[in-house]
Amino acid sequence: MTEENAVKKVIIFRLEAEEYGVEVNHVQSIERMQNFIRIPNAEKSIRGVINLRGVIIPIIDLRKRLSYEEVPYTEETRILILALEGNHAGLIVDAANDVMDVFESEVVAPPQAASKEEQMYLKNVIKKESRIFTLLNVHAVAESLETASV
Amino acid sequence: MSHTEYLDMFIEESQEHIQAINVHLLELEKQPEDETIIGEIFRSAHTMKGMAGTMGYEDLTNVTHALENVLDQMREKTKLADTETMDVLLEAADVAEEIVEDIASGGEGKKDIQAITAKLLGQSTRPEAEQETKEKTSINMDWNEYDRAVIAQSVESGMQAYAVQVTLEENAMLKAARAYMVFEALEADGHVIKSVPEASDIEAERFNNEFTAAVVTTAAKEELINRVASISEIETVVAEVIEITTTTDNQESLEKAPSPDAKEVSSPDRKRTETNKTIRVNIDRLDKLMNLFEELVIDRGRLERISGEIRSSELTETVERMSRTTGSLQEIILHMRMVPVDQVFSRFPKMVRSLSRDLGKKIGLEVIGAETELDRSIIDEIGDPLVHLIRNSIDHGIEMPEKRKRDGKPEEGHVELRAYHSGNHVYIEIEDDGGGIDRERVLKKAVENEVIAAEDADTLTDYDVHQFIFSAGFSTVDEVTDLSGRGVGLDVVKNTFESLGGVISVHSEKGRGTRFSIQLPLTLSIIDVMLVDVGEDHYGLPLTSIVETASIKSSSIFYVHKRKMIDFRGNIIPVMFLEDVFEVPVEREWDRENYSVVVVHKGEKMAALVVDSFIGQQDVVLKSLGHYLRDVRAISGATILGDGNVALIVETNALL
Repeated sequence: MTEENAVKKVIIFRLEAEEYGVEVNHVQSIERMQNFIRIPNAEKSIRGVINLRGVIIPIIDLRKRLSYEEVPYTEETRILILALEGNHAGLIVDAANDVMDVFESEVVAPPQAASKEEQMYLKNVIKKESRIFTLLNVHAVAESLETASV
Repeated sequence: MSHTEYLDMFIEESQEHIQAINVHLLELEKQPEDETIIGEIFRSAHTMKGMAGTMGYEDLTNVTHALENVLDQMREKTKLADTETMDVLLEAADVAEEIVEDIASGGEGKKDIQAITAKLLGQSTRPEAEQETKEKTSINMDWNEYDRAVIAQSVESGMQAYAVQVTLEENAMLKAARAYMVFEALEADGHVIKSVPEASDIEAERFNNEFTAAVVTTAAKEELINRVASISEIETVVAEVIEITTTTDNQESLEKAPSPDAKEVSSPDRKRTETNKTIRVNIDRLDKLMNLFEELVIDRGRLERISGEIRSSELTETVERMSRTTGSLQEIILHMRMVPVDQVFSRFPKMVRSLSRDLGKKIGLEVIGAETELDRSIIDEIGDPLVHLIRNSIDHGIEMPEKRKRDGKPEEGHVELRAYHSGNHVYIEIEDDGGGIDRERVLKKAVENEVIAAEDADTLTDYDVHQFIFSAGFSTVDEVTDLSGRGVGLDVVKNTFESLGGVISVHSEKGRGTRFSIQLPLTLSIIDVMLVDVGEDHYGLPLTSIVETASIKSSSIFYVHKRKMIDFRGNIIPVMFLEDVFEVPVEREWDRENYSVVVVHKGEKMAALVVDSFIGQQDVVLKSLGHYLRDVRAISGATILGDGNVALIVETNALL
């Protein structure tokens, strides 16, 4: 494996029919749906907080954040718990079931999104064999909590 | 002990010494003749020089050395503590502080010190070389109680205690081995009770060419010297008798035999012999202890719940006993985290001094109650807002000397910084005898900023008007000075204190002065709350802000300016439905006849919060909502309840 072909491990998750990826080193765990504690007066995409083994973690509904239509949660719905520099946030996704190795050469294009704001949350488009997915900018998504909560 | 642990200790102690130097320099300025103060400063500078030398921070060594020289002459009265000298000395302390800060943030402690050493040298009238030789003849050792006890006992049993200073030849090989031989020689008829540097450092060759040992022995002084001197590669050996004197309070203190030169150097050291029985503990460990204890408190809550359900008298008894024990434990742990506000206050005298000079004002700062203790996590946060308030008092409060004279006030303005403890709170007050707040100007600005409507302006009391200065975008001073106008207003100060669960208010009288009062909680992490239910949600209301709980009839609510109010013990107070405030989704089939309310207060203000039901009172651990959810309105955090549920903690101050 050469330098420019360095490998990245990515967790693949689904939102509606599309696939997205999060670098595995940002993910602490993948949890099943559970009850939230509502945060009053918070922006709509913030579902609330959960108590995950003694740590209180704010949860974002990624469908809302990326302007997808809202659907009821299913058996497949998962929460990706992100750990970014020791800070936690959770993302609700439709399903998460795959881990992939991504090579630099498979990063094909900058992401396309409907709005400037959403563009911020996306990092790269990756084409691997026949699959195409978008790498999420987890820092931007997590930080959107800060402004949204005020 | 590893090097990094030494480094932490070095940084911590240096910071303490710099703080001490600053404090004492300011004292000295007021009492330039006081030799004990000069002695204190000298001692701090000297200790720092020694430490910096050992750690290899050359620049710091040189600065403290130059500082020491000037002080030495002040002590000999060949130099006066005039303003110019004080400025240079304070500047030197600043430079030393910068170097230490650099080291603390991982730097190498290097700094261009030419300018300051030149200035210090300018103050110093004596050639350098003489200073150096003088240093060498004094044997400096610190004695703790244990050392003193050992020495006293040995002397009683007919032995003699000596301080022996040994200098190895410049190019000595195997220094540690030579030192070992010296120790062997000294211990032939006695034993070494202490050495500087410590024995472990000497063994590891962590010393320059010089070390000092305290030895109790039956041998005579000359014999000791001869024995040591006969070892090769030894340059000089000096021995002095260590004498014990018993002070009136029965504490044994120890002094060296007064040799003409050493006496002066050691005199400040004598004062230091009062030792506190304390140990230094890394703050991380205390935090860890606190975290573990918090887990314990959560489990305690769980156990109390379970025992309440099971109703086994044995279990209940055990759980009750455990609750009492953890209660005491909690008190101890919280106390361990308390530090005196002096940590923050001590930097203010210097700041006031330089600010008032920059502004051409005369200001005396009086600090009262610096020993008042607060939780470390709070201390860490209050520094900046306090700086802001003091600057505010100096910049906007105290008038220019000419104006003060015209108004019949003393030329020197007075700023008082007070801290005191009362109940579950610590109060900090900043009071000045300056011009006070101009009601009309504040009102004008408040109307401009649309904080109030113009027609309401006249109905407000002075007190209410004064509080407007904490609103956003408020500055009544037209000209932008160097100090203010930096875009940070008192609203930021207010927010900081409120995020700590504090309350700030201002009292002012035109022409007489202004007083800022800040009420702070003693600690942040464990709080006593009243748990309540609102719809499906649980909320915790801090007990410190609760006046009482009550049940009111829905018919007793009336409207004032379209706001719901009740008459509560003669006060007309607003009624707030928490389900509305927090947009809790609740469906009710019928209207309630009675409301459960919690009456909360913030200073004089009160409000009744309507809830669905009371759960009970409980000690809970306040947890943050995480890094990404810092500013949720009226919520200061969350807590995990005994059953694993989460309750949000309400910051009632934000509701009032």
